[in-house]
Amino acid sequence: MDTLLQVLLDGMLNGMLYALVALGLCLIWGVMDVINFAHGEYVMVAMYVSYWLGFLANVDPVISIFAGGAFIFILGALTYKLIIHYTVGKPPLSALLATFGLAMVLKNLCLNRFSPNFRILSDTWLGDRTFQLGNLIVPLPQLFTAALALAVVGLVFFMIRSTRFGWAVQATAMDREAAELMGINTERIYILVFGIGGATVGMAGGIMPTYLAVHPEVGTMFCLIAFICVAMGGFGSIPGTLMAAILVGVVEALSGYYIAPVFKYVAVFGLYLAVVFLRPRGIFGW
Amino acid sequence: MNILKRKDLFWLALVAAAALMPAVSAVASNSFIMHVLILILLYACMSQAWNIIGGYGGQVSFGHSVFFGIGAYGAGMAVVTYGMSPWPGILIGMLAAAVVAVVISYPCFKMLSGHYFAIATFAIVEIFNRVFLVWYWVGGALGLDYPVIEEGLKNMMWYDTKTGYYYCALALFALVFGIVRLLEGHRFGYYLRAVREGQETAESLGVNSTAVKLAAMALSAALAALCGAFFVQYNLRVDPPMVMSLDMSMKFVLVTILGGSGTLAGPLLGAAVLIPLQEYTRALWGGLGGGVDLIVFGLLIIIIVVKQPAGISGIIRDIAKRMGRRPTAAKGGTSYGAA
Repeated sequence: MDTLLQVLLDGMLNGMLYALVALGLCLIWGVMDVINFAHGEYVMVAMYVSYWLGFLANVDPVISIFAGGAFIFILGALTYKLIIHYTVGKPPLSALLATFGLAMVLKNLCLNRFSPNFRILSDTWLGDRTFQLGNLIVPLPQLFTAALALAVVGLVFFMIRSTRFGWAVQATAMDREAAELMGINTERIYILVFGIGGATVGMAGGIMPTYLAVHPEVGTMFCLIAFICVAMGGFGSIPGTLMAAILVGVVEALSGYYIAPVFKYVAVFGLYLAVVFLRPRGIFGW
Repeated sequence: MNILKRKDLFWLALVAAAALMPAVSAVASNSFIMHVLILILLYACMSQAWNIIGGYGGQVSFGHSVFFGIGAYGAGMAVVTYGMSPWPGILIGMLAAAVVAVVISYPCFKMLSGHYFAIATFAIVEIFNRVFLVWYWVGGALGLDYPVIEEGLKNMMWYDTKTGYYYCALALFALVFGIVRLLEGHRFGYYLRAVREGQETAESLGVNSTAVKLAAMALSAALAALCGAFFVQYNLRVDPPMVMSLDMSMKFVLVTILGGSGTLAGPLLGAAVLIPLQEYTRALWGGLGGGVDLIVFGLLIIIIVVKQPAGISGIIRDIAKRMGRRPTAAKGGTSYGAA
């Protein structure tokens, strides 16, 4: 019983990290109908930013989340300005293919500069600290990440729902031309959405070197998991993405512990196929 | 349809010229050039197989590495596990790939479209990759290593020179491109393009769109499996990440789209540009801490997708238009990923 609870807890904490990673993808997909294949590489770049700040300047990852967020905000805005902007009106998958090219460039740039070695920060504030809760062991870094994820997801959801900027984003997502006629600068909205989407995933990448090793391939699996969370949650739905991400985390932990670690992704991707065959537009989609 | 047009004569001349290549001693004695030529032919065939469903059919699948892998394992297991000639394994692999393709694609075609279809195919690749990694019967994560056996066409294996492989690749090329050429002029090819351009319209005219897409998928998967079998015979080794991975799947898509999807010449153009680029940049910069070749590759993908989504055949068409000639080299659609 205790084991089951522990596995569920670990799965949920991990799932919230996935939610934070998937949030940016969800925003970009929902507003622009673009699949950003470089999303996993954003995570990877943010992890390197945080790692090098910690290694060279002794900045703790807890502080580096802001640096990671800012860095990927700029990277995201540049991705839109230099690549995505030119794929509007081209065949639907051009953006996907162009961002796949970007992913290749970023991944191999880091491979070339930083070598394929696994790197992890030691002696951080959160480090390997844990505390007991009844019979459960709660790891502090993961708990902090989960809290951060919930806060950021809540903030972005509030921003889209209840601010003038958010209404403009919703209007742009529904009908770009009509939004433009209403005086919304949709080009600016797109840049900001890409930037904010990047910033959220940059924050996730910023905290991760506390407990996950950085290497050039680290983003690939995060990217696929984020795709699954967003598609399963339903087209651009933020609560749907959060729920799906937690579900993915729990299924991953359960199957990894009770079946075999190799099968955890089989279970996750199988879950995705099962969900979309039953509800082709995702749990919260229409 | 049976009348040879000028365009067909061009293709026949191309194959004939390619058949004479090994007679040029400067080519035959340089095994690196032979290697590049073989890879160009192989990747042209792989992309052409993908082009059937992805280009002509407009259903962008990122799952073709699964079929490629099944073909590779068919040949590999025939030789390594059962000590036979690879040929029966190749046939079984092609059949198995077609069956798997139909079983997987049926619900996908029925239920999913656009991005949801694309992500479902990613998920399928990952599932197959993990299952093959732990499946003891197919060799698991260690993969299959070919033993040293008698060379020749019976075992489809050559050790001293690459000439045998080159002619095999050329035969594969003639077969795959021939099939697609026939398809272009056949009733089925028109159905397929009609479904791509407007599924509802095609259905209202009596085309069974699901059956057409499934048949195209089965053909595409069987040809991809054939290419996989050649790949494993050429490498003499197979393991799951080599064949069933997202990177391999993306190669099918990228070569076709960079060349020009939905055209007969596109896959060859894409392979003829990308493969030498990949192999020569690897040979030039592969030692510089690695990755430089792939950085160049990635940049090129971005530039072509952004500047000319119709790919290299689109660029040729533009040049032909500027020269004031009627475009003959590249006709056909570019609407990959129609929702």
